[in-house]
Amino acid sequence: MPNLSPNAQQLWRQFLPYAVLMAIAGFIYFYFPDQLPLAARIVAIAIFVMSLDLVVGYGGLATLGHSALYGAGAYAAGLLAMHVSANPLLGLLVGACAGAVLAGISGLFLLRYEGLTFLMLTIAISQIVQNLASKFRDWTGGDDGLSGFMVDKILGLASFDLQGRVAFVYCFVVMVICLWLMRRLMASPFGLACMGIHQNRQRMAALGTQIRWQLLKLYILSGVFAGISGALAAQVAQIVGLDTLGFELSAEALVMLVLGGAGNLWGALVGTIIFASIHHWASTLNPYHWLFIIGGMLMLMVLLRERLGRALSARLHALRRTVSPITVRTSA
Amino acid sequence: MSVPLLETRQLCKSFGGLHVTRDINLSLLAGDKVGLIGPNGAGKTTLINLITGMLPPSAGSVHLGGEDISHLSQAQRVRRGLVRTFQITQLAPTLPVGRQVEMAIHEREGSIGRMWKPLHAYQNVQDEALAILQSLRMASLSCRAPIELAYGEQRMVEVALAMALRPRVLLLDEPMAGVPPGERQVVLDALASLPSNLAILMIEHDIDLVFNFADRMLVLAEGALLAEGSPLEIRRHAAVRSAYLGEEA
Amino acid sequence: MALLANILIDGIAYGMVLFIIAVGLSVTLGLMRFVNLAHGAFAMTGGYLASWLVGLQGLPFAIGVPIAVALTGLIGALLEVLVLRRLYRRSELQQVLFTIGLTFLFVATANFLAGPEVKLIALPGWLKTPVDLGIRTLPAQRLLVIAAGLVVLVLSAWVMGRSRFGVWLRATVDNTGAAASLGIPVKRVYALTFGFGAALAGLGGILGAELMPLEPYYPIKYLVLVLVVVAVGGMGSINGSAAAALALGIIETASKYLASDWGSVFFFLAMVLFLACRPHGLLVARRA
Repeated sequence: MPNLSPNAQQLWRQFLPYAVLMAIAGFIYFYFPDQLPLAARIVAIAIFVMSLDLVVGYGGLATLGHSALYGAGAYAAGLLAMHVSANPLLGLLVGACAGAVLAGISGLFLLRYEGLTFLMLTIAISQIVQNLASKFRDWTGGDDGLSGFMVDKILGLASFDLQGRVAFVYCFVVMVICLWLMRRLMASPFGLACMGIHQNRQRMAALGTQIRWQLLKLYILSGVFAGISGALAAQVAQIVGLDTLGFELSAEALVMLVLGGAGNLWGALVGTIIFASIHHWASTLNPYHWLFIIGGMLMLMVLLRERLGRALSARLHALRRTVSPITVRTSA
Repeated sequence: MSVPLLETRQLCKSFGGLHVTRDINLSLLAGDKVGLIGPNGAGKTTLINLITGMLPPSAGSVHLGGEDISHLSQAQRVRRGLVRTFQITQLAPTLPVGRQVEMAIHEREGSIGRMWKPLHAYQNVQDEALAILQSLRMASLSCRAPIELAYGEQRMVEVALAMALRPRVLLLDEPMAGVPPGERQVVLDALASLPSNLAILMIEHDIDLVFNFADRMLVLAEGALLAEGSPLEIRRHAAVRSAYLGEEA
Repeated sequence: MALLANILIDGIAYGMVLFIIAVGLSVTLGLMRFVNLAHGAFAMTGGYLASWLVGLQGLPFAIGVPIAVALTGLIGALLEVLVLRRLYRRSELQQVLFTIGLTFLFVATANFLAGPEVKLIALPGWLKTPVDLGIRTLPAQRLLVIAAGLVVLVLSAWVMGRSRFGVWLRATVDNTGAAASLGIPVKRVYALTFGFGAALAGLGGILGAELMPLEPYYPIKYLVLVLVVVAVGGMGSINGSAAAALALGIIETASKYLASDWGSVFFFLAMVLFLACRPHGLLVARRA
């Protein structure tokens, strides 16, 4: 781009991936109209996996209990639509708050621990939440799930259609906004601090960082987006089940994240798309055969990582420099 | 008589019956350069850990600029100007060096928790980081990550981070440890460029280095202060020679 | 009063099952530092093999079960030798991902070979009769489970603490290079340890088939339980695993009897409490 100033070049580099994303979304909208409900669900889950990336990829906190935040958002949005207001944007807001509050309360406790203890405690918290949701079935519908709530027109404009067109556009727009927000927030000094904490806590302590406070902020932030994604999924599916709080969802999200690459949010999106697509295609076969495929994939990924890793990493490194949140300054 | 910048009073640490640090009284004024030597296992790094708050003392107190900081956390002490470097380099392995220096500056300025403005919008922070690296002749390394650097260069990044925090008191834990002979001069130059109003306490095994650097020497053996004095006095001190220097040819 | 006794007996039996399954994982995780999330698959394998040998092949219980356990151990050892030992130096996340993939493979294979229905292990007559202990009568099966748990506890503690193999294992884990140069057959130690852990898991799966039904999703469904026991008991601590398994087993059984609509809330609450107070393991006092 010889005619553009350095600032314009910077802006173009940042905008390009979003442009590509929107092109892909447009392509799907026009050429795969019968896959739109599935695509909407995938997009909603992608936000969840991105929120997990904040905690795992940036903060370095391996968690298997993230679904609690997702489910909290889902139930909150469902209950809101059922009892108070069917405004979808309000539902997203309530979902975000539910996720944030649960993340805040559990984070205050969880972040006192590290490593395997932390991991196990995240499992415990999410199992407790799931069991409580089952217990209070008057509110949550228990095993049958929460259903029978309708969602209003978005911004008074478009109501959900059976083909899922509105749902897809709705989810996609929300996802792009969330992605942009998350990337921006992680490109700040706070994001840098989180990465520092991930890579070397001792160093951060020696710099004077209030480690637990920054991690709590990160956890709550992640809860906001996990809650939004849960609310979004609830609104689109118009049903919320106990599986939104389950261990399987947390584990699958982690697999999706690692599949696409943790630490830059785009990987979360890519991993979700790959995993969900394969899942959908393979589950049209025997549901157990899907496990052969994903199991084999995971094992191969790990076994071949050494060889593939070196070959790919040089190329990915160059690519990541253009999309990395820590943009390398061009020399003054 | 001016208030000492760093002071420990009767500082002790024991693990069960094992007394690792016994009754340490030391005091540093602004501009002091003190070398701390002693045989292996004498408790030198433990002393630094006690002063910085990484380890809670069994008895005694630590004072910074007259203020009793014994109950403050490590992070709080750093924010009051008590900074240390590590014997084994502690850096974020893949974050670019320039970013890590910026991180230290943000910590110092209190803007590390800000979430909205991106890093590149903090022009003054970036300029200062570059200036610090330039003063250490490391500006070309600004975009490189520590895992790509030679060990001596990594040590220098530690010094850069320490400087970025604008400490009042600097505790250097074996800055030369593990640095190959060819890279020692770089580190020496970095140490020479430290501000002169800083109070510095340096642990070192390299006797020549510490004798050249320090105005005053402290000798630690088995957790207690064996001797204190100028480098020349220490060189001649009989007990020190037998306990420590005497072991060398 | 009878209720309390029932809770205790069932709880201890459940705890023993958890312990027998978990002990192998505690050793591999705590001592070998290898994260094997496929451990539950060994329990399932043992159960399926026993069900096949005793049910379809018609072998008597007392013969079929040991064979099933031995076969499971063999499978575990083979897995270690052929595949898993390449992963010892990989990061924990990679080990987690690989063994999750392995678990999925076990699940899919179980379904492929035996279908999705629950598999039962036919108990012989002598295990179904109640045994009179004087104070009260116990179903013989419960007695067998409790006895098996005690035997495993005593034997493992002896092997780890007193036997030459135990010394070898601890030396190998501490410093593989040094152990090898001392003539310790390092590879064999790892394979044997893994095999024994798998065999014990298989035994636990067989003994616990009533409480934890054998079906293809078994390794995934009960993974969390086993991990909890290992974490609460402290990785590498056999006694800790036993204590954790018993405590948690009793609490879970009590909550099933007394407050079943609360599900496993109390189990996990107890887990949270234990881990919060003793993050390094139930029997390990807080490190200084």
